[in-house]
Amino acid sequence: MARITYITPDGKQVVVEASGGSLMTAAVQNQVDGIEGECGGVCSCATCHVHVDAAWISRVGPAGDAEAAMLELEDGVNSASRLGCQVPIRPELDGLTVRVVGR
Amino acid sequence: MIVGGGHAAAQLCVSLRQAQWPGRITLVCDEPSVPYHRPPLSKSQLNPGADSSLQLIRPTDFYAKQQVGLRLAQTVRSIDRERRTVDVGQTKLSYDTLVLATGSLNRRPPITGIELPGVFSLRTAADAEALRAQVQNAQHVAVIGAGFIGLEVASALRKIGCNVTVLEMANRVLSRVTSPAVSTYFESLHREHGVALRTGVSISMIQEKEGQLTLLEGDHSLVCRADLIVLGAGARPNDDLARLANLEVNNGILVDEANRTCDPAIYAMGDCCNQFRPLYQTRLRLESVQNATDQAKIIAAAICGLPLPAETLPWFWSDQYDVKLQIAGVSAGYDQCVLRGVAEPGSSFSAWYLNQGRLIAVDAINDPRAYVVASKLILRSARPSLQILADQDRDLKELLLSGTKTYED
Repeated sequence: MARITYITPDGKQVVVEASGGSLMTAAVQNQVDGIEGECGGVCSCATCHVHVDAAWISRVGPAGDAEAAMLELEDGVNSASRLGCQVPIRPELDGLTVRVVGR
Repeated sequence: MIVGGGHAAAQLCVSLRQAQWPGRITLVCDEPSVPYHRPPLSKSQLNPGADSSLQLIRPTDFYAKQQVGLRLAQTVRSIDRERRTVDVGQTKLSYDTLVLATGSLNRRPPITGIELPGVFSLRTAADAEALRAQVQNAQHVAVIGAGFIGLEVASALRKIGCNVTVLEMANRVLSRVTSPAVSTYFESLHREHGVALRTGVSISMIQEKEGQLTLLEGDHSLVCRADLIVLGAGARPNDDLARLANLEVNNGILVDEANRTCDPAIYAMGDCCNQFRPLYQTRLRLESVQNATDQAKIIAAAICGLPLPAETLPWFWSDQYDVKLQIAGVSAGYDQCVLRGVAEPGSSFSAWYLNQGRLIAVDAINDPRAYVVASKLILRSARPSLQILADQDRDLKELLLSGTKTYED
């Protein structure tokens, strides 16, 4: 079980508890604005772009090659960018905060 | 009232409520489940060893929380446009605004014996479940049709160890959607993974004897034997209801830029509709998640009286073995195809389609960078430098500079 805090594009905080899936599925299941997961989580649409809170970047880890390529030209991309669908929920992420970039 | 329960239907519920639309929403769907992701049905969902639960687009409780009335496993039989009601058999339901999201139906090629119990097609979760239950006992599977569904099924079934024969009527695979070079690549890919692939084969008859199926072509000569057959012979728009209601239909329900049909109280979205696309200056009927989702957003805006969203780029993907194909745009009508990289298994490459110098589509094979650069260029109606395009040592980002210049035709 991990508690994840999403900060939506309009500044709302949504706290979600999840024990599996990814940062994308946990958000979609809890109606977090700005995360769509259109492709269902196969790194094909970039509609689950988040910025990982600075304190968590090393624990969450960097984007993979395909993911980085998908992110490269997205609006608001930076070194904290990840696609939510590529970050599995795991107990070590309990307490994580991410900012939803949205489109 | 939304008729249909696919990606478009789910998105319309989401978008209407996100826009704080206060009205009543009813979703009528002939399937027993709330909307689920359909693409996995021809991929991971066929593996008997994998989790068989459906990947719901939104959780079941979303619909109650958002005050969406669900009428699952109910079929709309007809629409009375004058009274603004739909007939669901037992009762008639009234609407102010009706949205048709009826999707597409599998084509059934004229094959004698196509109705035999060992012949499967794939569209719904129930279809996938039925096929999944049978593949465990099947040694040899024949797939009729080498479009995306046929090839994805072939890939999924090779992964679980079935012997797979793919039979395609055209002289190459994916002939409806891609260029000969990309077709050749996918043919090699499947053969390398042990698929027996034959093109230019038109199956005319299927015979069954003691559970064993025999596939015959033209003059009834033997093509192959199989324990089960999967049909992947393309789809047609499910516009029957619209036809019955005298809405304008021509390869899908005709809709305007707001996805409205010729009846201002009725909209249509997704696979079942056909819309003029300014980017391509032609009417298109697209079968894709992206199209379903984006058209739902257009209708939500129209219903709420908000400005319509800007035109979006059609995109598609297909996963086969360890290969991800990403398609940006629609390549139909291209007059030039430029390959970037080498089109052979194990490598990543992209095929760039142009019409009179303007980029209209890209097939990116294990090359998401080509896909994202192309997505930007196509929407700008860019005319990219062919020199940079074909030269792998040049950074694709240069294209965004060279391709920014556009000309009015």
